[in-house]
Amino acid sequence: MTEVEYQSISPSDFFYRNREIAGFSNPSRAIYAAVRELVENSLDACEARRVPPNIYLRITEVAASETGSSIYTLRIEDNGTGVPAEHIPHCFGQVFYGSKYTLKQARGTFGLGGTITILYGQITTHKPVRITSSTGGDIHEYEMMIDIEHNRPLILKHTVLDNKKGWRGTAVELQLEGDYSRSRYRLYEYLKQTAMVNPYADITFVDPRGRLYRFKRATEQMPPLPKPVKPHPHGIDVETFRRLVAITKARSMKAFMMEHFQGVGPTTAEKFLRAAKINPKAKPSSLKPEDIVRLVRAAREFNDFIRPDPSCLSPIGVELLETGIRKELNLREDDFLKVVQRKPATYLGFPFIVEAAIAHGKSIAKQSRGGITIYRFANRIPLLFDESSGVVWKVVNRNINWATYKVSSDTPLVVVVHVCSTKIPYKTVGKEYMADQPEVEREITNALRSAARSLRLYIARSIRLAHEKRRLNIFGKYLPKIAEFSAKLSDREEPPDVRPLLAAVSASLPEVEKKISEVPQIVGQDS
Amino acid sequence: MSDKIVSDAEKQRESVELYLKQLGNIIYEQIENREFPWIMMQSRSTDNIIYDPDLRQYVLGDRMIRRHSRNIRHIRPFTQLVWTAWFARELLRLRKTSTLREVYYSARGQRDIEFKNQAESDNIITDLETALNTPREEFNIFPEERSAIFGDLTIEYTVPGYEGKRMNLTEHPDGVMIGPALTSSKFVETSADKVLVIEKGAMFTRLVEEQAHEQFNAILIHTAGQSPRSTRSIIHRLNRDHGLPVYIFTDGDPWGVHIAMVIISGSANAAHLRGLATPEAKWIGVWATDIIKYKLPTENLTDYDVKRLKELTADPRYKEELWQREIATFLKIGKKAELEAFSRYGLTYIVDEYLPAKLEGL
Repeated sequence: MTEVEYQSISPSDFFYRNREIAGFSNPSRAIYAAVRELVENSLDACEARRVPPNIYLRITEVAASETGSSIYTLRIEDNGTGVPAEHIPHCFGQVFYGSKYTLKQARGTFGLGGTITILYGQITTHKPVRITSSTGGDIHEYEMMIDIEHNRPLILKHTVLDNKKGWRGTAVELQLEGDYSRSRYRLYEYLKQTAMVNPYADITFVDPRGRLYRFKRATEQMPPLPKPVKPHPHGIDVETFRRLVAITKARSMKAFMMEHFQGVGPTTAEKFLRAAKINPKAKPSSLKPEDIVRLVRAAREFNDFIRPDPSCLSPIGVELLETGIRKELNLREDDFLKVVQRKPATYLGFPFIVEAAIAHGKSIAKQSRGGITIYRFANRIPLLFDESSGVVWKVVNRNINWATYKVSSDTPLVVVVHVCSTKIPYKTVGKEYMADQPEVEREITNALRSAARSLRLYIARSIRLAHEKRRLNIFGKYLPKIAEFSAKLSDREEPPDVRPLLAAVSASLPEVEKKISEVPQIVGQDS
Repeated sequence: MSDKIVSDAEKQRESVELYLKQLGNIIYEQIENREFPWIMMQSRSTDNIIYDPDLRQYVLGDRMIRRHSRNIRHIRPFTQLVWTAWFARELLRLRKTSTLREVYYSARGQRDIEFKNQAESDNIITDLETALNTPREEFNIFPEERSAIFGDLTIEYTVPGYEGKRMNLTEHPDGVMIGPALTSSKFVETSADKVLVIEKGAMFTRLVEEQAHEQFNAILIHTAGQSPRSTRSIIHRLNRDHGLPVYIFTDGDPWGVHIAMVIISGSANAAHLRGLATPEAKWIGVWATDIIKYKLPTENLTDYDVKRLKELTADPRYKEELWQREIATFLKIGKKAELEAFSRYGLTYIVDEYLPAKLEGL
């Protein structure tokens, strides 16, 4: 019999060994994943401070490595809250340390985005990371590495600088191995789509070849911050429940339910506890492990809780989404764009909101080869991989019969879907696409159908306008010929004047043209 | 006499030219009056084509249609009609003739007027015929020539350069092609007392070689399949103006039968025209009963032949007993025979035996 050796590993060690999970599977993917993690951290930091984000991203090539890919320096700067000096080492040098462990919508949820990037940089280049940050006072600059085995930061250098200009924000500079030329397209797409759903952000990107990409903000307006809320009983798991029981000050289970869960009043609490066969007067500390399991199970099946509170969600909003899409797709006034926001809904106790948009028109036709281009977002993060496995693809290609909306297979369309939730139903750890949760699927379908109804009117009008124009063109072509040959036929020098007749056929055109530029509004069908 | 003939032709030409000019006038004035130009004409749709038992031909019914340039579907054909009218008037003015094919090609390069194919231009010409109630030959537009005439008939030309010139149609042993010059000529005199119309060129040549025109005292006409309108017009004139009985000799199959019938009763396509049908003409063979009687070599009827024969049974032009009997016989024996089938009895049998017997039997 062989001796098996057991050893515990630190979270840093775990991610070092399983970096594919966080998207660092190969050099081209790594550079994209690094940018994505850092940009999202920066956006969150700015939103927390309620200032329109200014993000500066620069990638420079340091040296080519033996594997064909290169070593790059990646620098990102933001004007966010900044990280208090004492938290900087842990925030960036320890896995699972962060500010995102409450129940509200946020971009990252692992709490390791920034750190895993630094970790990846370190293991591929053996170079330290430099963090510069200020919350308004002095500027602190750290040069550090991660002690992978022990999951803790190793500070190499700490400098405090004067902050004469009153700078606030964070700058991260690190080196990593990657393949920029192979990730260029995705990187650009990622930044463009990020700009689309964050139209109040100003993003500047300088790439290794010195090219400047600028995604200018189109508005200063930002969506309201999501509020942290108590968990909804439907979405609770055994572990969270156990922790709540451990820390609660409530003396009875009834008080416990009312205290720690959203939307639970005295009546609902009693009704639920009776249904779960728990004495409402029992002390929480007296619960046995099997009681907790029973309670969690009962909570899922109990139907009298009110719907989860959606105020913890931060949808983009119709107006902002419209601004962002117009900006990034370069839509003109007469192009079609319809944005729909659905009312909050829930799946498995998690609230979510679907926002969707359809864009169509000459500008879209210019940038696409026809057919439907899908843009997917989850909590304002673009999803760029595995499109055909995701729920949006399924809705677009299976659930919706586009012919109903006068859309043919070569009609150039852009479909945008944003799902925001306290828990996005990702199908894999890689968080690349959303699963087809029936409730989510239904909401996306309804949102797109609603937008497509407006589209149908627009297309019908476009067809009519094209038809009118063709008609006018035909008259303009033939009437002069009829005039010419009738004159020749009747021995006259000059053909008769056809202008009054042409004026008569074109009389109806301006009216149709005016109508086409209005996006058809369909009232009362958006929810 | 010849001056009169020429001036008659000239008068006719002038009156057609005037019609065309009038059409131009109407359209010109409609536009001047800020009206979308339009014209009225008899409808040529199938439900307006009626068999007239008195005239023994198809005629157009009373339904009129309006070709209106305000209508997006009409404006292109309307424009083409005006152009074609102008083209026809130019032909008349320049004293030139043209063919259906040539009209189609002449519109090439006329942007927006160009015909998609000859069927389209043929159709516009038919529109013009209907609108002005004038056959296209009077606009100097002719089909491609392919049929021929031979026999003792003296004609006098009216075409430019040949005005007053005469010719006897026995002068060329291949026969004379029935083209614009012949169609527009005057028939001066003939010693023949009948017209023999033959579907096929080989048989026509045989009859000329065998001096059949002398033996039967006949004018021979070769239709080359379904006879062109100019040929039917000549048959009509020989019958009506010169009182010559007409005998038609075709293959013994549904297609031959119908070639004869179109000469006799006209076609639905030409329902808007008069002067093409020859109701007095007689179909003398090859009958289905001849196949039996003369034991002719045969081929089997195809499915398509049978289908066509059944259609003919229902056609109002075929209601007379002879036709019904022959069609029934074809269907019964399931056989057909070509004119050449008589060759089994020798090359001259048809002239020596069959035709005399047939003409005798009438």
